[in-house]
Amino acid sequence: MDADTEQRWSRLMASAQDGDRVAYEGLLREIVPFIAAIAAREHRSRDRIEDVIQDVLLTVHRVRHTYDPSRPFRPWLAAISRRRSIDLLRRRSRSAARELSDDKAFETFADPQANKATEVYASTDGLSEAIASLPQQQREAVELLKLREMSLIEASKVSGRSVAALKVNVHRAIKALRIRLRGQ
Amino acid sequence: MDDTSMLIDRLVAGAKPVKRLRPPALRASLWLLAVGAAGVGGILAFADLAVFAERIAESALAIEWGATLVTGILAVVAAFQLSLPDRSSAWAWLPLPSLAVWTGSGGYSCYRNWITVGPTGFELGESARCLMFILAVSVPLSISILIALRRALPLDPLRVAAMGALGVASLAAGALQFFHPFDVTFLDLSVHLGTIAFVVLGACAVERLSARSSAARA
Repeated sequence: MDADTEQRWSRLMASAQDGDRVAYEGLLREIVPFIAAIAAREHRSRDRIEDVIQDVLLTVHRVRHTYDPSRPFRPWLAAISRRRSIDLLRRRSRSAARELSDDKAFETFADPQANKATEVYASTDGLSEAIASLPQQQREAVELLKLREMSLIEASKVSGRSVAALKVNVHRAIKALRIRLRGQ
Repeated sequence: MDDTSMLIDRLVAGAKPVKRLRPPALRASLWLLAVGAAGVGGILAFADLAVFAERIAESALAIEWGATLVTGILAVVAAFQLSLPDRSSAWAWLPLPSLAVWTGSGGYSCYRNWITVGPTGFELGESARCLMFILAVSVPLSISILIALRRALPLDPLRVAAMGALGVASLAAGALQFFHPFDVTFLDLSVHLGTIAFVVLGACAVERLSARSSAARA
């Protein structure tokens, strides 16, 4: 970093301390890449670097009365940035040591009733077995209408049975499957 | 607009002029002057100066007492320096040499007492009174220095509080010599140092609790 930037930041901060909001905004926007560079030494993810930047900006705002304009600005900002970056690292490692992360935890454990319906059908083996155990006419109706997704007329042509018979067979098959799978 | 940009807008919108902190050396000096003035007042009013003058003529005690006061003063100066973000952490070392001289010379005089006086060198002396004295002086001074130090909103409040409390407790131990008309025994010295450690830990605990409560409020 060149001496001009250093002096400009120092001047902007001194003006900001006196209440100059334009100078303050200019300074805060200019220092973001500097903070990001320090944060990148400890953090890889963009989100975490962003967290450090925001934490540092908040700290700079809170402690801006401690900056002495007769001293260089960069070491003051660098000290705050390093400190906050390490603080975030510690917070992360503390929470990582205490918490387990399981993306499916809510779906799986939060409400035992919530997943029953999908879990029953989640096993394709169980469903295949259940279909295989149906009487021949019902099994054929399920295969044609549900698995091969034919219309009633198409299925009627393929099977040689009436639409009404197919309707009855598929209705009974679904009922039988529901009872069998729920009962497991 | 991203979050950082919105945060900057929010901070700028809420930015008011701030009063700059005075240089830490000046703030430490003012605090020490105020405490020193109160201390001198108390000593003139209550201490037996003739006994103190007689005791301090002995070089070992003079060294011990001087090292105690220097430790207190340097720890206070270091605490004010460390409260600012851009001051070197090496300031934390400042009071350690005089602390070593103090404990070393105190330990040596205890040892000599033990040799010359015999087992009474190990006796309790007036340790309980010393403990109460150091605590009674340290507690109000700790409160005042913690308030002064927290104006800087230190990034590492525990270290700053510990250093400030070391300064306060050492100054209290220095003032104790005016009301302590006998040489310290091993146990006395242990009580002095133990009380100082207690004050330092107490200040850290107060700092930690207040940091937690302010974090909870935030």
